[in-house]
Amino acid sequence: MSESIALLTIFVLAAFVGVEVISKVSSTLHTPLMSGANAIHGVILVGAIIVTGATNSVIVMIVGLLAVVLATVNMVGGFVVTDRMLEMFKGPGARKKELHK
Amino acid sequence: MIPTWAQIGYLVSAVCFIVALKALSSPRSARTGNLIGAAGAVLAVLITFAAYKPNHLAPILIALIIGTIGGVIGSRRVQMTQMPQLVALFNGVGGGAAALVALLELGEVTADATVAAIATAFTILVGAISFAGSVVTFAKLQELMTTRPVTFPGLPVLFVASLLGGLALGVWLVSDPRVWVGVLLCLVGLAIGVMLVLPVGGADVPIVISLLNAFTGLTVAAGGYVLGNTLLLVAGTLVGAAGSLLTKLMANAMGRSVFNILFGAVRGGSTLGAGTASDRPVISAGPEDVAILLGYANKVIIVPGYGLAVAQAQHTLRDLVEELHSRGVKVDYAIHPVAGRMPGHMNVLLAEAQVPYEQLREMDDINGDFKTTDVVLVVGANDVVNPAARNTPSAPIYGMPILNADEAQRVIFLKRSMRPGFAGIENELLYDPRTTLLFGDARDSLTKLLAALKTV
Repeated sequence: MSESIALLTIFVLAAFVGVEVISKVSSTLHTPLMSGANAIHGVILVGAIIVTGATNSVIVMIVGLLAVVLATVNMVGGFVVTDRMLEMFKGPGARKKELHK
Repeated sequence: MIPTWAQIGYLVSAVCFIVALKALSSPRSARTGNLIGAAGAVLAVLITFAAYKPNHLAPILIALIIGTIGGVIGSRRVQMTQMPQLVALFNGVGGGAAALVALLELGEVTADATVAAIATAFTILVGAISFAGSVVTFAKLQELMTTRPVTFPGLPVLFVASLLGGLALGVWLVSDPRVWVGVLLCLVGLAIGVMLVLPVGGADVPIVISLLNAFTGLTVAAGGYVLGNTLLLVAGTLVGAAGSLLTKLMANAMGRSVFNILFGAVRGGSTLGAGTASDRPVISAGPEDVAILLGYANKVIIVPGYGLAVAQAQHTLRDLVEELHSRGVKVDYAIHPVAGRMPGHMNVLLAEAQVPYEQLREMDDINGDFKTTDVVLVVGANDVVNPAARNTPSAPIYGMPILNADEAQRVIFLKRSMRPGFAGIENELLYDPRTTLLFGDARDSLTKLLAALKTV
């Protein structure tokens, strides 16, 4: 039972951290924020790998591999697309340098 | 049991994710933060391979490579204007993956701990809701289906029945963890997801994406609970909490409650827009007349919208603004928080066109200036200047703060046609005697306007 209490404690603390870290984000960055958070929940990939790697059943393995593909798309795509968006928010100085190239 | 070093490694990953979210509070640190988050994710995957030593290594690696290629191609190819639907799609596949993982847990582990069983049922149900809801959201944003709210008689009854059915199946699953019950629960979840998003109107869809994003976060957290994996628990909870708050912030920016956004159309009332153009008279003019209005104004405010971005007219607009500046006209851009398809989307689109962001002014900052403005030039926007948000309680956008374009001396709309905007309602401002319309593709119109401006 003490383990589930520990997990519960982690859950509650993480919830507070989540609210705290984004409470000051300006609406300018809401789109990248949504996409960045999206990339992070792609970490379900870890779960997909664990389940797939532990099975002896063919059906479970096939479904598990599907989960691995989906989770990877979520995670990799999420980080790449967020980076593409944020790349556009360069400061005016950096932008000028690029124009002069 | 996984070794201590792996647990510490997961802790490092979790901290990377927190840093990534935190860094998004400023444009300067955001990109570095995102890279740190990605590094955390790579670390987490490496640790998983090392600590769990999974069987079927080759197929798993192949699946990883396929997913990586898919993710990279999808996110590289997409236009900035299509960003919201891509985010919705990525969220959907994430939710789907979480539901699948939980289903498999059900088949593999004899989860006798009640709490773990509850978490499993939750993951299956909410993961399926998130997946199906995201797919419908994608279809709406991609305009594969109507963007207007879709309801049918009996929808509320069916929706409530599905919710209760889902709950009952969940309880059943907890008392007797069988795979087929899990599959049934998954199907009910898919139905709930579809019914949840169908009645949401176009302009509110972004808020639903954010909500579904939070849902997926929570399912990942629950999945972490089932697997006893602290990283999934922390990362999922972070996203769940951040996503919920973001949803609320966005709903506030639209002047609506989340409940109203989700169920406004279901509860009835005339939230359905007109959808078609009316044939009331409007004043339209050619580029030369509009150029004279602009060229001899003292102060001009530009309201850019999604139509501008779709026509890829940002560069032409920037040239026009420079020409006006050189004639001594004071020009500002007014950015509505939900201009485009998602909050902050317009900032991304204009940043892509290299419009200096010192010229972009937020709604609250500029709204007082419209009274003293000679001409407002609305380029491809509609809903964000629609006075119905202030005056018409039955309008779907009622209560949304808008740009006070109607307070200016003259308003010029650049529009392709009289078709209503994304929210599907008419804009009274179009029929105002002070309003002039210039019909045509935004880039085409702006090019002609620029040429005409040079001769007046």
